[in-house]
Parts: sequence; C-alpha cells; structure tokens
Amino acid sequence: MDTMSTPVIEVSHLHKRYRGTVAVDDVSFAVERGEIFGILGPNGAGKTTTVECIEGVRKPDGGTLRVLGLDPQRDRGQLRQRVGVQLQQAQLYDKIRLAEAMELFSSFYREPADWRQLIDELGLTDKRNTPFNKLSGGQKQRLSIALALVGNPEIAILDELTTGLDPQARRDTWDLIEQIRDRGVTVVLVTHFMEEAERLCDRLAVIDSGRVVAIDTPAGLIAQVKAEQRIRFRPSAPLDDTLLTGLPEVVDVTRHGSQVVVTGTGNLLHAVASVLARHQIVAADLRVDQASLDDAFVALTGRTIDN
Amino acid sequence: MNANVKLITTETRLFLREPVAVFFTVAFPAILVAILGSVPSFREPSADLGGVRVIDLYVTISITLAIAMLALQGTPAVLSGYREKGILRRLGTTPTHPAMLLVAQLVNSLLVALVSVVLVLAIGRIAFDVPLPRQFAGFLLALILAAAALLAIGLFVAAVAPNAKAGNAIGVILFFPVMFFAGLWVPREAMPELLRRIADFTPLGAGERALHDATMGSWPHAVSLAVLGAYVLVFGGAAARLFRWE
Repeated sequence: MDTMSTPVIEVSHLHKRYRGTVAVDDVSFAVERGEIFGILGPNGAGKTTTVECIEGVRKPDGGTLRVLGLDPQRDRGQLRQRVGVQLQQAQLYDKIRLAEAMELFSSFYREPADWRQLIDELGLTDKRNTPFNKLSGGQKQRLSIALALVGNPEIAILDELTTGLDPQARRDTWDLIEQIRDRGVTVVLVTHFMEEAERLCDRLAVIDSGRVVAIDTPAGLIAQVKAEQRIRFRPSAPLDDTLLTGLPEVVDVTRHGSQVVVTGTGNLLHAVASVLARHQIVAADLRVDQASLDDAFVALTGRTIDN
Repeated sequence: MNANVKLITTETRLFLREPVAVFFTVAFPAILVAILGSVPSFREPSADLGGVRVIDLYVTISITLAIAMLALQGTPAVLSGYREKGILRRLGTTPTHPAMLLVAQLVNSLLVALVSVVLVLAIGRIAFDVPLPRQFAGFLLALILAAAALLAIGLFVAAVAPNAKAGNAIGVILFFPVMFFAGLWVPREAMPELLRRIADFTPLGAGERALHDATMGSWPHAVSLAVLGAYVLVFGGAAARLFRWE
C-alpha cells in the first residue's frame, strides 16, 4: 500500500439521525487506494448508514465526506460512474436472465467492463441463460458482485456480502473479493462476521453504537487486547508444577485431570517447551489458544458481536 | 444501447414472460368482443340503447377493460414489487435514476394498451362490422387521457401500498367499481340516470363516454376530458409526492 497517496475515501465526524434516533454518532476513517477496508460491528451499529452516506444514497446530518476527492451528494452523478455498490439483500426482476441483467446494467455506464469476461471470472458463464429466481443464494451473490463491478469501478462497496451463504459459498466469495482487490479495486466491506473480517481485511474499523471504537489491521487489533495465551497438554511423565511456575512467562498453572493448563504472556510456548525438553517430557495433545478478533471485539466494546 | 431504451425493452421482455398477464391484457379484451359478438341478439340494433347494437358498445368497453387490467392489476403489483425487492434501491446506486424504471414500466403499459386496442378494433371491424372511430383525433386523445388517468391511479396505489401483495390487492379491489362504471356489466346507455351521472365522474366512466363519443363521430364531451385530466393531475401529482424508493 502506498501510504503517501491521498485516501480514496475520507470520512470525518459523520453524523446521521433518523427521526430522533442517532444511527451514526461520530464516525471518522480513511480508506487507502487498493486495500480491503472492513467496517465491522454488530447489527444496528450504523455500518450500513455509514456506507449509504459514502454512496450518496443518504444525506449526512453532519461531518464531511470525500470519495475520490468528490462530494457524494453534490457529485453524485460522477461518483456513480466510479463507485460500484452491492446492497444488502437487494433482489432483481424474478425472470430476468443473468446475461440480460449484465447487459442491462452495463448499459448504464460510460465505460463498462466486458460483462462476458466478468461473469466468466465469477464462474457464472454456464448460468447466463438462467432466470434470477432460479439461481442459488451463492450465485445470486456472485451476480450481485458482478453487477457492482460491471461499471469498472475504482471502489467497490460490498454490504453483508456473505450473509445467508453456506460455508463453502462463503469461502468462494472471499477468494473473489481478494481477486477484486488484486485488480486494483479498493474494496469497502461491511460485515458482522469476525472470521470474514480477520481473513479478508487489510485494515478495519470497528463500529459500535454509531462510533468508531478502533481502526487497525486485524493483527493489530488482536495485539491491542494483550490477551494471555493458554497452552494445554498432557505430560508423558509426572511434572512438577514449580518447574513451570518458576518461568517469568508463566502466570498460572492449573490441572484438569491429566491435563495441564498453562497461561502466560510473551514467548510462552517456547519457554514451556524448553523446560519439558530438558526433563525429557513429551507434551501430548498440545494445544495453543491465542486471542482472536472475537476477543479483541469483546475487549473493545465490552460485549460479543452477536448481542 | 442507450440505458433508457434498454430498460424499456427489458420491461417488455419480462412482461412477455408472464403468460397470464399477456393473456388478460392483450388477448382477453379482443376475446370478449368475439364472444359477445357471437351472440346473435347482440348484433341487432336495440331501441333501449338508442338504436345501436350491444356489440358496438362493447368495443369501447373492452378497450377500457384493457386499460384497467394494465393499470390496476399490472402496474401497482409490479412497481411495489420492484420496491419490495430492492430493485429501485439497487438502481439508485447506478448512474441511472430509479424513476427511469417507472417510466419504462409506463411506456411498456402504453405499448401493450395500444396493441390491445388495435386488436379489439380489428376484431370488431372485421368480424362484426363495428365502424372504426369516426373522429379519430378525438378518439386518440380520449385513449391517451384514459390510459394516463388509470396509470396515474395505478402509480398512486404503488406509491402508498406497503408491499407487492397489498399493491395487488388494492388494484384488484379498485378494478371492480372502476369497470362497473365503465359499463362492463351494464353499458352506460342502459344505466339509470343517477348511475350514469355518477359514472361520468369516474375515471373509466368518463373514459368510456369519451371513447364512445369519438367512435360515433363527435368530439369527446368536454366534461369527460376534464374529468380524465383531473384524475391525471390529482393522482399523478399525489403519486409523485408520495412515491417511496425503498
């Protein structure tokens, strides 16, 4: 990522109310060209409203927005040529065939992509004559991505892309999004799936109750938690706890039956493994639990994403 | 190809994929003329109807039927369905304004109405010797105003209906009184005086009267044209104000 370039999207102090309810309180972030930027948060956190303001679909009540250096409200016409949008749960005409939909939507743009090539890359070519209502959930989502990309956009905004997909279709969709980024398209991904955010996003903004709680890389967010690591194993020979508790990295040692659970910080695994090797003890069923983005989210917001 | 032309051709293509809708809007009015025309007594001049034949009246009544089917049973369900499915919202994120989809739907409805009218007139003329409209310009004006008035009402229903199901239901409920006053069950000429007075102020009562006047060779009555114009303005204006894109 070229950190010297100006951001393609700049949101500062965005504020939006609906009839007295604050949907977005105060949101600021910047998206760099060529990255996959995630907006992560529970349902109702203000994610969709935020991207709708970026898309120019909604008018903010406060704050400033710049998308490709333009104002999403004033320069709406120009931006629609350059920003592709995949809306949460938007359908199409029931009986339109896939190829007809691609042809129709490509006619809206001045310099459309080659839609035949696009559906080929998305693995939809053999479905080109299938009506929309006969496509599977995964195929509909892929068509939705294709429609968002048919205008050859510089930015693609994808809202809750994998909701309702089975795990395999979800993984396939993730591969697709990486391909989109690799073509040089900046991707803004709205999601409430931890796994998706952790796997895909170069950076992400965690939003809760209309405010940005943190912005960082997934690894950076996890590191902020400074959660303790936990190692579990079954020693092959009797093990004196004091061998482990004496180590500076170890905080606590507990036993669950034959299983030893060691919690600690720093290079815990290396320290424990060295001690065991020195005493010729083999660690059977060894497991290392590390902090995940889930833990980071709980630490940042004080709750899990699902409630 | 131009995006607007593409939207209209898509709309027409999708319409042609709905066999039930095609049957009732394109074929059914002409079939009704054929059925009524095959009843011998309907081909005899009737003193009760002022010397015209029943079949002469049902050509214009069938034209209003085609318009009512399109505008009340088609438009509200289709447009509120587009809103419910998020098609209008999706279009709003592209360089095309979602209003273009409404325009495409209306243009398609007008084209279908035109085909249906031509079929009805052709069957009436060829099979039953019903004269073609004698005051052609007046007939065209009445046809356009009647279609516009009904489509404005259809748009209004689409604007206020919360979903496709409700849009369809409201359209169907409106269809019966509208067609009653257009004379589908009792032609205007056979209506009691009071009913006829009321009918003249209903959209297709006025529409049928204007079409009938022009068919007989006179310019449509000013009251009929004014009534139709008022429906266009009131319901078209209300629809434009109240229409929700999502």
